[in-house]
Amino acid sequence: MSSLVTRVRLQQIEKMIEKGKRLDGRGLGDYREIKIEQGLIEKAEGSARVLLGKTEVLVGVKVETGTPFPDTPNDGVMTVNAELVPLASPTFEPGPPDENSIELARIVDRGIRESKAIDTEKLCIEPGKKVFVVFVDVYVLNHDGNLIDASALAAVSALLNTKMPNYEVKDGEVVIKQGYTPLPMKSHPVTVTLGKINGKLIVDPWLEEEQVMDSRLTMAFNDEGNICATQKGGAGYFTQQQILEGMKLAKEKAAELRKQMKW
Amino acid sequence: MNEKPEKLINKKGLRLDGRKADELRPVKIEVGILSNADGSAYIEHGKNKILAAAFGPREMHPKHLSLPDRMVLRCRYHMAPFSVGERKSPAPSRREIELSKVIRQSLEPSVFVEYYPRTGVDVFIEVLQADGGTRCASITAASLALADAGIPMRDLVVACAAGKVDDTVVLDLFDTEDKVGCADVPVALMPNLNVVTLLQMDGILAPEEFEKAVDMAIGGCRDIYTLQKEALKTKYMLIGQEEEVEE
Amino acid sequence: MPTYFEKKQLVTPGELLAEGDYLAGNNTYAEENKVYASRIGLADSDNKRVNVVALRSFYFPKVGDVVIGTVLEVGFSGWTVDIKAPYTALLRASDVLSRPFKPQNDELSQVLNGGDLIVAKIASYDRAHDPQLTVGEPGLGKITRGQIIKVTPSKVPRVIGRKGSMISMIKQETGCQIILGVNGVILVTGKNPEDEDLAMAAIQKIEEESHTSGLTDRITQFLKEEKEKTGGKQE
Repeated sequence: MSSLVTRVRLQQIEKMIEKGKRLDGRGLGDYREIKIEQGLIEKAEGSARVLLGKTEVLVGVKVETGTPFPDTPNDGVMTVNAELVPLASPTFEPGPPDENSIELARIVDRGIRESKAIDTEKLCIEPGKKVFVVFVDVYVLNHDGNLIDASALAAVSALLNTKMPNYEVKDGEVVIKQGYTPLPMKSHPVTVTLGKINGKLIVDPWLEEEQVMDSRLTMAFNDEGNICATQKGGAGYFTQQQILEGMKLAKEKAAELRKQMKW
Repeated sequence: MNEKPEKLINKKGLRLDGRKADELRPVKIEVGILSNADGSAYIEHGKNKILAAAFGPREMHPKHLSLPDRMVLRCRYHMAPFSVGERKSPAPSRREIELSKVIRQSLEPSVFVEYYPRTGVDVFIEVLQADGGTRCASITAASLALADAGIPMRDLVVACAAGKVDDTVVLDLFDTEDKVGCADVPVALMPNLNVVTLLQMDGILAPEEFEKAVDMAIGGCRDIYTLQKEALKTKYMLIGQEEEVEE
Repeated sequence: MPTYFEKKQLVTPGELLAEGDYLAGNNTYAEENKVYASRIGLADSDNKRVNVVALRSFYFPKVGDVVIGTVLEVGFSGWTVDIKAPYTALLRASDVLSRPFKPQNDELSQVLNGGDLIVAKIASYDRAHDPQLTVGEPGLGKITRGQIIKVTPSKVPRVIGRKGSMISMIKQETGCQIILGVNGVILVTGKNPEDEDLAMAAIQKIEEESHTSGLTDRITQFLKEEKEKTGGKQE
């Protein structure tokens, strides 16, 4: 049972886009319906599930203690991992992360890291010795296009939902106490992905559109509207003009999303 | 906070989560929730949250893995890193590999593999949150995913565990009971044909205790089977009802 | 010698349907004088034959079936085609070209390429071989226009309706040509995408409500209402 898009269908998609519309009725600049649920995995320190149309991504955050990196002894550590689990799509195979899941993880990571979303200084327990390590695990549960934006939204929502255990240092040992504190966040990056079909830019490409588009452009914006991550994907290319056009469109959509999320 | 509880059953005969010895945890099941899978099911059994999906029958890649006279059933049981107390590495552990095998073998007797030679069906199980008894809940969900995919089956497969804590044989152990108790006996059953397709034991039990545990687990299976059937039927009844209401 | 179900009752795999002198019909199996359901569906009996109309199933190839498929790959002597079945189908070049062909890849890709839609007939199939297709009959061949929609194969008869009543009505109300593949893939070709969308919406509705009664009337009603909605807004 292949997921190949037929030629006839591709032509329909292209024709509609010429007219400024998409097959599911959206305009070129519209996102699909977004639903977010937080805190559904109690065993995780934080979690969130995002439905972007039918694309479904679950992010779980685990907070543990560990050693800091030698060049940042006063900062906590964050790491992002993504799994394109096979049940999400007939095209995903079981096995170690492939280039797509690694790219996805690293794009989500950059948006969070560069915007300094997490106040990593506040994650320091004992400088140079012990810090909190925040594991962000992106679990794609259903692939219907635009995994990047769905994953980025879920990651930030999960971080906002994350609580760290209270602790005290007794005789050089970290002792966990009762109670929790919310993860200290400084910024809420918003990621927007655009696809390019026949020179036209579309927001939030859906699965069939991803098979027609020749390239994509992802941009993450911090609360001030500055760009904190960019990634071009796909085997096609962008002109300089298209990049600027894309940047303006992405910035506009990021602000809209930010309002919708109330961040 | 991670101290071992001394007693798992109190003086009133109630367990740490308030249940009686023969009480099941609450179970909630939904079928057909993933759009890309041929069949899927989601189960919440106590605090367990598990997603199962089936893809197939379809041609196998690489082709040499297929068999000339029957369909090959493959199964992958996998836990999300955030599903347990201490983060688990996403790489498959030996436990996950063993569970993938026993779960596959619990489902195999139920599927008419001889109908579709040279094909394969893949069952993927993702444990989103674990709290003891995940293999049983996984089997219950995986069987529904296969039925939802339209694969002809002799029967559904349903699973439940029983065990022993504090000298008492109890039904459906949750995580703490599993870790601190004396034994855990997971059982999978084809309820209409009344045969057992998975049986394992972890721990130590006298023969009479083992017999009692198996009996109790089978009883638990039958109760969960009622919910399994309901979940399947709900999906189709709901459409009929919506029609009445819409005017 | 009882049956254990009511007419059109929803049953699940493994449920005991009948005991005694009964035959195992569609989507059922017999073991030791008992007939059980093997798929989710609606149980019914026809004389002594117990059948289940499956609500969830997939297409299984049968010689003579007309199917709609998507070309997957161009090979050396033909094409592999996805007919939404457990097996990929093969279409031999010799079947399509009207003359003996020379084995050069690019020649074949000019006739049919990956992503093309075709209507074909199953020419041969057995347990040891993948189904072979033929397009050598009128009405078969490459599809260049229209949209496709996929339904559960066992529901195709519902889309046809009694003596073709449902399908004729949809064709009339939407002005579309409709080709029904036995494999559940349906081709809808209309004068414009809106008409095609309408026909597809009707077929989608039949898929979802196939097990309810009064369907033909409801679909007729649905189509009339939808047409009224867009009637005023058409540019």
